[in-house]
Formats: sequence, structure tokens, C-alpha cells
Amino acid sequence: MIADVVTWLTDSSHWTDTKFDTGIWTQLLAHLKFVGIALAIALLIALPLGLFIGHTRRWGWLVAGANALRALPTVGVLVLLTVIISPHFQGRTDTGFLIPTEIVLVLLAVPPILSNTYAGVQNVEPGIRDAAFGMGMTGPQVLLRVEFPISLPLIFSGVRSATLQLIATATVASYLPLGGLGRFIYDGLAQQDYPQMIGGGVLVAALALLTDLVLATIQRYVVSRGITRRFSSKQAVPDSRIAAVHETDGAHA
Amino acid sequence: MTVLADSTSSSPLHFAQYFLDHSSEDLRLLWSHTWLSVVPVVIGLLIALPLGWTARRYRWTYPPIISITGLLYTIPSIALFVMVPPLLGLDTLDPLQVPIALTVYSVALLVRVVADGLASVPEDTVQAATALGFRPVERFFKVELPIAVPVIAAGLRVAVVSNVSIVAVAGTIGLSNLGQLFTQGFQLSTPDAYYPPIVLGIVLCVLLAVVLDLAVVGLNRLLTPWRRAVPS
Repeated sequence: MIADVVTWLTDSSHWTDTKFDTGIWTQLLAHLKFVGIALAIALLIALPLGLFIGHTRRWGWLVAGANALRALPTVGVLVLLTVIISPHFQGRTDTGFLIPTEIVLVLLAVPPILSNTYAGVQNVEPGIRDAAFGMGMTGPQVLLRVEFPISLPLIFSGVRSATLQLIATATVASYLPLGGLGRFIYDGLAQQDYPQMIGGGVLVAALALLTDLVLATIQRYVVSRGITRRFSSKQAVPDSRIAAVHETDGAHA
Repeated sequence: MTVLADSTSSSPLHFAQYFLDHSSEDLRLLWSHTWLSVVPVVIGLLIALPLGWTARRYRWTYPPIISITGLLYTIPSIALFVMVPPLLGLDTLDPLQVPIALTVYSVALLVRVVADGLASVPEDTVQAATALGFRPVERFFKVELPIAVPVIAAGLRVAVVSNVSIVAVAGTIGLSNLGQLFTQGFQLSTPDAYYPPIVLGIVLCVLLAVVLDLAVVGLNRLLTPWRRAVPS
């Protein structure tokens, strides 16, 4: 079976579009589009909100509320929204499936980013914050120049955990008649073409691992060395994912 | 269609009637969903305990163990479901594929939690226990593990609640659990929306997640009576 999967994955005709089938590259782009749109919207919502809640210590219940969303079964919400929304879009567009998918993905990505941003800002040492105010910084300056950079490692771990959940759930979106790498899994299952199904799984797993690697690299260069204490190679740097589970409890979907 | 859609109304609020109409079928799905959510976490904890202990006892094993389990946790659930059978030499769509994949996730999540929980035991306490004559094994089970319970319980809550959602995903590739209610509802919704099974599935999933979460919280309270004796 493993040999069949390798054959399927290395067959170049599976990578490009043919008259009958959509190729891996196209589905990969579709997958990344779902994830990219949802991540952008979730960042626009969760990042300012988390910074605000962490800085002002107001509206903390919003974070608890967002965390409660995680108990919702993603597939169920996806199907429910599809059934509600898709009849309003007739014809040959897939907008009726795209909108519910993006709503579910945003709902999924907001809680980890929000709660990590909030926790990051709130956990800044009071002494540091007082020193910043004492130097004459205004509230927004303290937030953007002190609290935000210091909480970046935690914010990044929230974004990484959100991105992984998005990649996982965008796969499930192929359960609807939409593109994305999940197409190969569900089509392979329906056609009993198991090499295709398992090959799709391998592609999704590879995408998740690669994306996390890319984000980890970005994090390494964006987060100040004064915060990670990454001055010499001898000092152990705590893995950001270690913070991830405490703060974000990843609900895989 | 006629058998499944025999409720008089297709209003979303009619999920209770739908449940009564199909109670034996729905209870069977709920039951298998519960099993699939709980058993892998229990097995995962049993595997994670020695691994977490190793990562704590021999510090050099901590980074590799945590990296490998972190990597496993990165793999999306549905990808892991379909990759488990070929990797373990099982039949495609073997009934064990989902429990095995869920166990892998639970281990991946809980090893870190166990190691961190054991690290949260104060060094003074360990030394006091040693001075009182506890042997290492006895000390682990009677002193270190009980003190680590709150941290482990926090990890178990995450594992159980996320499992409920992942099991529903397994329903989309044909396993019989609450996820099937979504498939049924989706199929019954052409041409007109038919909400009851979908809403019922969401309600039962959320209820199950809440009940299992409370069960872990209760178990944590039962196992750590000393935390109630001293107000902190």
C-alpha cells in the first residue's frame, strides 16, 4: 500500500490539471487560499481585541466566551451554516459553500490568537510596565512598544496553533463540494481509490509541518533576542510550542 | 427520506422531536461517540505517564520526546486517520484506525503535561518524602503523581474536549458516531434545508464535551482533597 501511495504521489499527471481532474498544485493553492483568508480576518479581529483586553484588563469575559466556542463540533457548525447559507446562492459559483467555510475557519482561528494575545500582554511584568509609564510613555506607546514586543512569543504560538487548526479544518471543508487538498481524501474514499486518499493525507500532513516550520522561522527573526534570551547558542531557548498547549489547548478538527 | 424525515417540522427547534423519533439510533451514535472520546485519552494517559516520567527523570530525553510528540500533534486529524492503516499495516478503513489516531494525539498532548506536572512538584517535598523512607517507585505513586494531578487534569480536559470534536470529523469518513447526524442532515437538506439532525448533533456534541469536562474536574477534586483543606 505504501508503494501505491508513493506511486500516486510521484505521478506527475496528478500534480497538474488534466481535462478530467484538478491537479495537486491547484488544490494546494485553493487550500492555502481558504487558510490565508481566514487567518487574515481572524488576525484583524483577535489581535487588536486581545491587545486591548490585555492592556485595559476590561472585557475579560470575551476571552472566556471565545474559548467556550471550542467545544462546538466544527463539522456540525460547517454543515449547519452551509444548509442555511448555500440555498441563497444559485448557479455555478461555489460562494454558497465558501462563505460558511470561511465563517467556520474564522470562528476556529480567533480563540487561540485572542487568548494568547491577551495572556501575553497581561503577563508582562508589572515592573516593566510601570517603568515604561515612569519614563513618560503614553498608554498606546506602552502597549505597542513594550507590551506587544514582550508578548510576541506567546502571540506567535497562538497564531501557529490557529494556522495548524485552519489547515486541518480546511481539509474537512472538502466534505462540501469545494476544492482544497481534502478533495483527494474524500474523493479517494468515495471512489475507493485508497492510494489517492492516503496520498491526500500525506500532502495535508506535509503542508501542516512545512507551514509550522516557516512560521517558526519567521518567529525566530521577528521576536527580539532580548526576549527570547537567544544570545549564545549554549543557552536553552524554551520551545514556543511549550507555551502553546498551556495557553491555547489546541482543538484539532 | 420518508423514514428519516418523518418529523412534522423541519424547524431547527424540532431537534428534540427528532431525537425522540430516532432515540435508539441516536443513543447508539452518542454511546459510540462517548467511547471514542474517552478510551483513547485513558490509554493515551497510560502511555504518557512512563514517557513523561522518563522526560523528567532523564533531562536529556526531554527535548527529543517533546519535539517528536509536538510534531505528531501538528498533523491534522483527518490526515492522521487515513495515514494510520498503511503505516501500521492494517486494512484501509480498519475500525481501529480512528482510536489509534486519537490515542496518538492524546499521548502527544499528555506527555508534555505529565512531564510539566511532575516538574511542578516542589523539590523540598520530594526530598522530605525520600527522608521519610519512601522508595523511588513508592514516592512516585504516593507523592509526586498525586501532587501533579491538577496539572495533568488540566491537560486531560483539553484532550477530552478536543477529542469530542475530532471524533465528529471521523464521522465524515463513515464512522458511526454523532458526526453521522451531520452527514444525514446534509443529505436530507436537498432541496430544502432540514435542520433537526444537524442541530441535534451539535447539541449532543456540546453536551458530551461539557459532561466529560466536568467529569475530569470532579475527578481532579476527588483525587486532591488536600487542596480544599487549605485555602490558597
